[in-house]
Amino acid sequence: MSMLHRHFILRITTKLLMPFILMFALYVQFHGDFGPGGGFQAGVIFGAGFILYALIYGIDAAEKVTPPGLIRAVMALGLLLYVGVGYFGMFLGGAFLDYNVLRHDPVHGQHLGITLVELGVGTTVAATMITVFFSFAGRMRRGKRPE
Amino acid sequence: MADFPGLFNYWIVIVLMMTGFYVVIARGNLVKKIVGLNIFQTSVFILYISMGKVDGGTAPIIVEGTVGAGVTYSNPLPHVLILTAIVVGIATTALGLALIVRIKEAYGTIEEDEIFAKDEPE
Amino acid sequence: MIAAHLPVLQIVVPLIAAPICLLLRRGSLAWGLSLAVSLAVLVIAANLLTQVLESGPISYQLGGWAPPWGIEYRIDVLNSFVLLIVAAIGAVVLAYARRSVAQELPESQQSGFYTALLLCLAGLLGVTVTGDAFNLFVFLEISSLSSYVLISMGRDRRALTAAFQYLVMGTIGATFIVIGIGLLYMATGTLNMADLGARLPAAGASRTVLAAFAFLTVGATLKLALFPLHFWLPNAYAYAPSAVTAFLAATATKVSIYILLRFFYTIFGPAFAAADITLQSLLIPLATVAVLVCSTVAIFQNNVKRMLAYSSIAQIGYMMIGIGFGTATGLTAGIVHLFNHALTKGGLFLVLGCVVLRAGSCRLDDLAGLGRRMPLTMFGFVLGGLSLIGVPLTAGFVSKWYLVQAAIEQGNWLVAAAILAGSLLALIYVWRVVEAAYLRPAPENAPEAAEAPWSMLIPAWILIGASVYFGVETSLSVGVASEAARFLLGGAG
Repeated sequence: MSMLHRHFILRITTKLLMPFILMFALYVQFHGDFGPGGGFQAGVIFGAGFILYALIYGIDAAEKVTPPGLIRAVMALGLLLYVGVGYFGMFLGGAFLDYNVLRHDPVHGQHLGITLVELGVGTTVAATMITVFFSFAGRMRRGKRPE
Repeated sequence: MADFPGLFNYWIVIVLMMTGFYVVIARGNLVKKIVGLNIFQTSVFILYISMGKVDGGTAPIIVEGTVGAGVTYSNPLPHVLILTAIVVGIATTALGLALIVRIKEAYGTIEEDEIFAKDEPE
Repeated sequence: MIAAHLPVLQIVVPLIAAPICLLLRRGSLAWGLSLAVSLAVLVIAANLLTQVLESGPISYQLGGWAPPWGIEYRIDVLNSFVLLIVAAIGAVVLAYARRSVAQELPESQQSGFYTALLLCLAGLLGVTVTGDAFNLFVFLEISSLSSYVLISMGRDRRALTAAFQYLVMGTIGATFIVIGIGLLYMATGTLNMADLGARLPAAGASRTVLAAFAFLTVGATLKLALFPLHFWLPNAYAYAPSAVTAFLAATATKVSIYILLRFFYTIFGPAFAAADITLQSLLIPLATVAVLVCSTVAIFQNNVKRMLAYSSIAQIGYMMIGIGFGTATGLTAGIVHLFNHALTKGGLFLVLGCVVLRAGSCRLDDLAGLGRRMPLTMFGFVLGGLSLIGVPLTAGFVSKWYLVQAAIEQGNWLVAAAILAGSLLALIYVWRVVEAAYLRPAPENAPEAAEAPWSMLIPAWILIGASVYFGVETSLSVGVASEAARFLLGGAG
């Protein structure tokens, strides 16, 4: 706890930067079908925002924002969204992951399909990054500190 | 031997690959093994990424005015492939480190020879 | 409508069930879902095999993108046969898993366990079904990563080091495969396996192609634990939870052998694989040494799981001998043995799981006198052991018969003798277990061991029974395998 009160500059900067980091992640996410970007990168940036928060404010504070149970559910839901889009295309008469059939017009269908799939990828990657960090950092906190 | 370095990206790949491989084999410290494994995998990433470069090619993004204008693009496919491999690499690293944490808790050490010594008396 | 989508449903049914399993926090719920999924997968696999046998290879275009640009799932005689093996073992092991897992793992880990098992199943099926070389690597890593997790869940702390060792070796093997695929892509500009097979002859035997061949071969042999790249296997099998050992022993190495066959025959083509004389002169000696050395090492093991693990490496040697010959008989023998050994070894490991459940361990000393206390379980072991040795009227005999025939066809008496010697060695290690179970009295302070519960005995006996059944009735196993061998040798089509 003592650390938190000393590093005044770090704490303020983190607080100021957080919205921009998350916003940038969303930009990378949704700009992915026009330029470089996409779910993987966006997810990692999004996760990095929370990891930075956890580093500066401590795991306890971060877990209040992102409860582990919730993150675990989000991780599964992102994957379900991805596979769900695949199934839906199949349901509409195309092949698995066929985006053309999602809308009347193949171009719009492709657009919608890739946006949804990348959203699924982004959420899963972000949740996984946060989980990986928490499960390593949280292990020390639970008193299993190596001697 | 006029163009001795030739395609120098291959030299980088081979040097990195052998460095990583050597670290995996020669080091007894489990974390160092994972680091070596990462270097080893990174060399393959570079192999793929440099493979996609086309001489004089630009980023394969269609901008208005360039369609059909005889623009040469680099091959994006290897990059996409290796993005997947990078993700696999991250998963492997995370899992490896998680196993190391558990090993440290169970054995109290992450040196390979000490671990084997502790398991010896059966 | 569903019939057209079977190739992809084969993978995505377990794939979508895995995250749902993670969301179901209760182990028993997760088990129910996994079992239902594995049965569905088995039905799909059986359907695919009959479809392929009736009307030839099936191609499925993922996302509607035509090959060779898009990812193609391509199912022919060989991989539909492997699919059936993997799916059948998956269903049997999941039916068996509930009691065994409930005893060996804490409740909090169980839903994670089933998630990992489903992912592993999806990965193995994916490797088998895909017609795209890079997709194969991705599925291979899905199955490998989840199998590292599954192995590390063993109760003994050595499970952790075993999983770590497997992780390092497995990653090196997979990375070698990626390098090989990358080099092939450089030489041909395609990733579709059938397309690769069509274009490689034009690319000729350049150094790039030869290097790719070497990398792919070494990578795949690392994954399938061919002697001397087998060091990860004994510990991984010995310390993993019982259900996992049975599942991996019966499927993971088999799928790796399938990968090797795919590389050799679909991508490089029979002409390339046969012309490369160094390959034959390398694979057969290594495989023969594997049979002799690992069977011998198995004799000296005190942990029965470890003994069977070494025996697995020896059996992989038999399969590689068949594949190394590269003739129709040899390939048939290899593929039949792949099938028969999956049944036999899966059954044996399931039986051992029953022993672990009741006797608490599977050390040879703790097996003393179990023949009387667990008669059904130990009789299952005896039958499985007979199949392992290759006694007539068991599955093991059929495949060894074909293997010896293939060796004699080639005039390779040395290998034929080694196969027979391997059987004798198998007789010794199986006898050690039988002797302990039936002839030695139970120690005074032995835990009270009753017969294993039916929910575990029935699945174990299904596999053991199958390994006897396929020793008598060989039309399915040998019929399909010789069909597959003919298909492989008849070109990539």
